[in-house]
Amino acid sequence: MALAERRITATEARLEGLQLVKGGWSSAARSDALQRLRQMGLPERRDEYWKFTRPDTLVQPETPKASVFDNDERPIFDGFDRLRIVFVDGVFDAEASDDLSLEGVSIERLADIADKDIHWAKDLYGVLEARGQSPVARPFAALNTAFATDGLMIHVTGKPSKPISLIYTHAKDDSDAILHHVIRVDAGAEATILENGPAAARFNKCMEIDVADTGKLHLVRAQGRDHERRAVTHLFARLGEESTLKAFTLTVNGVLTRNEAVVELTGDDAIAHIAGACVGDGDFHHDDTVFITHDAVNCESRQVFKKVLRNGATGVFQGKILVKEGAQKTDGYQISQSLLLDDDSQFLAKPELEIYADDVACSHGSTSGAIDEDALFYLRSRGVPEKAATNLLTLAFLAEAVQEIEDEALAEDLIERLENWLARRS
Amino acid sequence: MAALDQTQVKEGVDQDTVDAVREVGGAYKHGWNTDIEMEYAPKGLTPDIVRLISEKNDEPEWMTEWRLEAYERWLTKKEPDWAMVDYPEIDFQDQYYYARPKSMEVKPKSLDEVDPKLLATYEKLGIPLKEQMILAGVEGAEEAPAEGRKVAVDAVFDSVSVGTTFQAELKKAGVIFCSISEAIREYPDLVKKYLGSVVPVSDNFYATLNSAVFSDGSFVYVPPGVRCPMELSTYFRINAENTGQFERTLIIADKGSYVSYLEGCTAPARDIAQLHAAVVEIIVEEDAEVKYSTVQNWYPGDENGKGGIYNFVTKRADCRGDRAKVMWTQVETGSAVTWKYPSCILRGDDSQGEFYSIAIANNYQQADTGTKMIHLGKNTKSRIVSKGISAGHAQNTYRGLVSMHPKAKNARNYTQCDSLLIGDKCGAHTVPYIEVKNNSARVEHEATTSKVDDDQMFYCRSRGMDEEEAVALVVNGFCKDVLQALPMEFAMEAQQLVAISLEGSVG
Repeated sequence: MALAERRITATEARLEGLQLVKGGWSSAARSDALQRLRQMGLPERRDEYWKFTRPDTLVQPETPKASVFDNDERPIFDGFDRLRIVFVDGVFDAEASDDLSLEGVSIERLADIADKDIHWAKDLYGVLEARGQSPVARPFAALNTAFATDGLMIHVTGKPSKPISLIYTHAKDDSDAILHHVIRVDAGAEATILENGPAAARFNKCMEIDVADTGKLHLVRAQGRDHERRAVTHLFARLGEESTLKAFTLTVNGVLTRNEAVVELTGDDAIAHIAGACVGDGDFHHDDTVFITHDAVNCESRQVFKKVLRNGATGVFQGKILVKEGAQKTDGYQISQSLLLDDDSQFLAKPELEIYADDVACSHGSTSGAIDEDALFYLRSRGVPEKAATNLLTLAFLAEAVQEIEDEALAEDLIERLENWLARRS
Repeated sequence: MAALDQTQVKEGVDQDTVDAVREVGGAYKHGWNTDIEMEYAPKGLTPDIVRLISEKNDEPEWMTEWRLEAYERWLTKKEPDWAMVDYPEIDFQDQYYYARPKSMEVKPKSLDEVDPKLLATYEKLGIPLKEQMILAGVEGAEEAPAEGRKVAVDAVFDSVSVGTTFQAELKKAGVIFCSISEAIREYPDLVKKYLGSVVPVSDNFYATLNSAVFSDGSFVYVPPGVRCPMELSTYFRINAENTGQFERTLIIADKGSYVSYLEGCTAPARDIAQLHAAVVEIIVEEDAEVKYSTVQNWYPGDENGKGGIYNFVTKRADCRGDRAKVMWTQVETGSAVTWKYPSCILRGDDSQGEFYSIAIANNYQQADTGTKMIHLGKNTKSRIVSKGISAGHAQNTYRGLVSMHPKAKNARNYTQCDSLLIGDKCGAHTVPYIEVKNNSARVEHEATTSKVDDDQMFYCRSRGMDEEEAVALVVNGFCKDVLQALPMEFAMEAQQLVAISLEGSVG
């Protein structure tokens, strides 16, 4: 079968089991997204954008089974005062969640607002996703817009006193969840959103973020520890003048994770930081795909990604900085590094720059290698046992990414957790 | 540089110097064409044309078959579209695949029999084939220090090799340096063994096309333990209109040998774009070393992007033996479109690959170039230094791959890609692929993009330089890591080219 034909067949097979939600304003956005999806088709292993990650298990109609990982650990972000919102296998759980009212923010469920004729989310739902489809197609995001079964519309109007914490619980071993959140941060407003949990056996999440001039949004995410889960997530952000977006993701498990971030700096002096740390062991494939577009003057973007891999784990980084014509005084920085703890692991990277303005300072760096023997030797000569020394160096390596989190308490908490995990593993 | 015309000659500067500077300061200076009677094969590509090319070159049956097989493969291939270049669709049936000066119908036995018009062409390009030949007859290699080092030249005019100098002297050392068509006839065993062994017939669209229709090119064989006594050089000239040039170069450095090879190219200025699809294969055996330097100065098209050469080139070196070493150095200033990735397969343990590149794109030029370093052997090392300069409306892309295979223990790579932008209408892009499949391998990649530094410009201007001169100086400084890797004669030419190529890019 020719490639095009194979793609159509695979896409239609996937669509067969999905139901388009009818009625309300979102139905137009959904059918547009479906049309977009049909035009591009779901990814194929020979697609350039999926060169390093096989999309088959994300495309196939039946959900690959993933057993629920049991652990007695203190839940992540546990000690923090936060507004808890729980989703079980991708469905909002009102009982387990806190009351959604909080000063400075309004939070509604996608299903609850579908009938409202006038709603701010109407201008964003599927809109930022559609913008992010060019120049590279992101079919899973279009699929998400079309078939999302749940999600939150979060409107940040002030400075809420505590973070909004989205907790994704995984209950069934064949759950296939599609969540779509839309976040709008008003001018001068600022909020922190936390996300954690494995979510489902197979999880497709899309987040559309619009930060108005001078708005600020912090995202801190810890992807669940279930060994067998699969996830494809998208973040589409549009940043206004002097606005800030800082996103950090920690991934420590899962058989397949593809995190895409598509950020557009449309207002002058905007700042976008996207960072990630991952620790992969064994049958672990983790892909960070980032696309940052500078379309305004004097903006800053920063990408910091660190991966520690062992026992055949694979880490992928595809990062791109696009500086459009006229986006002068751009400061673009990108670093992707991997630490390979043994011989079977691999790191595949494509750090890209595409620049059409001359007064810019853009750089990217990428390194890969084993633990620094000299550093190890130094620690051992100071009486630190080899395992502990390795862990210490690994932690130091990851900490550089974790420190991208502005809130020091959150960063501290994640580092402590990483330390425990590393200690337990070896 | 235009300012030079008005400059009063200062005391102590002789007129020759001024003329020489004016000469190199001109716009594309190789844009003239030689009016010479040509013999063409009919336009278009068919099995008959392939047979005809083979016949014209007096090739044995196996070669004809090899070509025809390549032709069949080519029909099934798709033109690659992943590079960041944009050009109108090429009608491959609207090209001449074979053109040779009529006077070359009967192969001249020595350069004395070569059409004086052809020799004049090369003379004008600064490659005096004949003089060098005479010089060679008069005096020995050691006695020509005033002229600098001697360089043996193979000159290719459209589809055929016009002449190769110093053949006799090279033969004494055991080095074979001749046109590939001659090699196919004279050294069929070597050609059979190595041709297509580094770049397989079906490697990519353009390489397959080249395999079917290549008309000439150079062949080098350096026997074991021999250090080639002089630099070898090929000079390619496209002259005829609507003619594609498809040359094929095969270099074999046997165990423990050394050779340095230079390549230069030019073409007349024409409105219609012309096609150039070359293949270069290098085999480096145990302990051997090959240096391959290119100054590519094909006609880049005019300042509105009209005409120019489409340069689609496949170059690859295979370090087969342990401790083999290959070094690619390229200065890419010409061509309307460049699609070129000189690569190294580091198969032997401890083998080394190096890639130094300067790519300059001005006006509407588009360059998509870089390298592949495939590390297969233990302790293999590679180093990539790429300097891309964009000006005018040009697009310049570095595209590369560093691949560390599981067995490439302790392999090392260092990559440095820098881009410089001159003007706000051009683009500079970096697309590196990094694949690390074992943990003892260490890979480092760095890339930066910046503009010409204001402080440096101010300094140069305050010393009385005009803006263009200042930019040329700053750019030369930016490129110095690569310029230093070039053989001396080339480094000079390259430095001048850097200045010329950027002409008109400021102000």
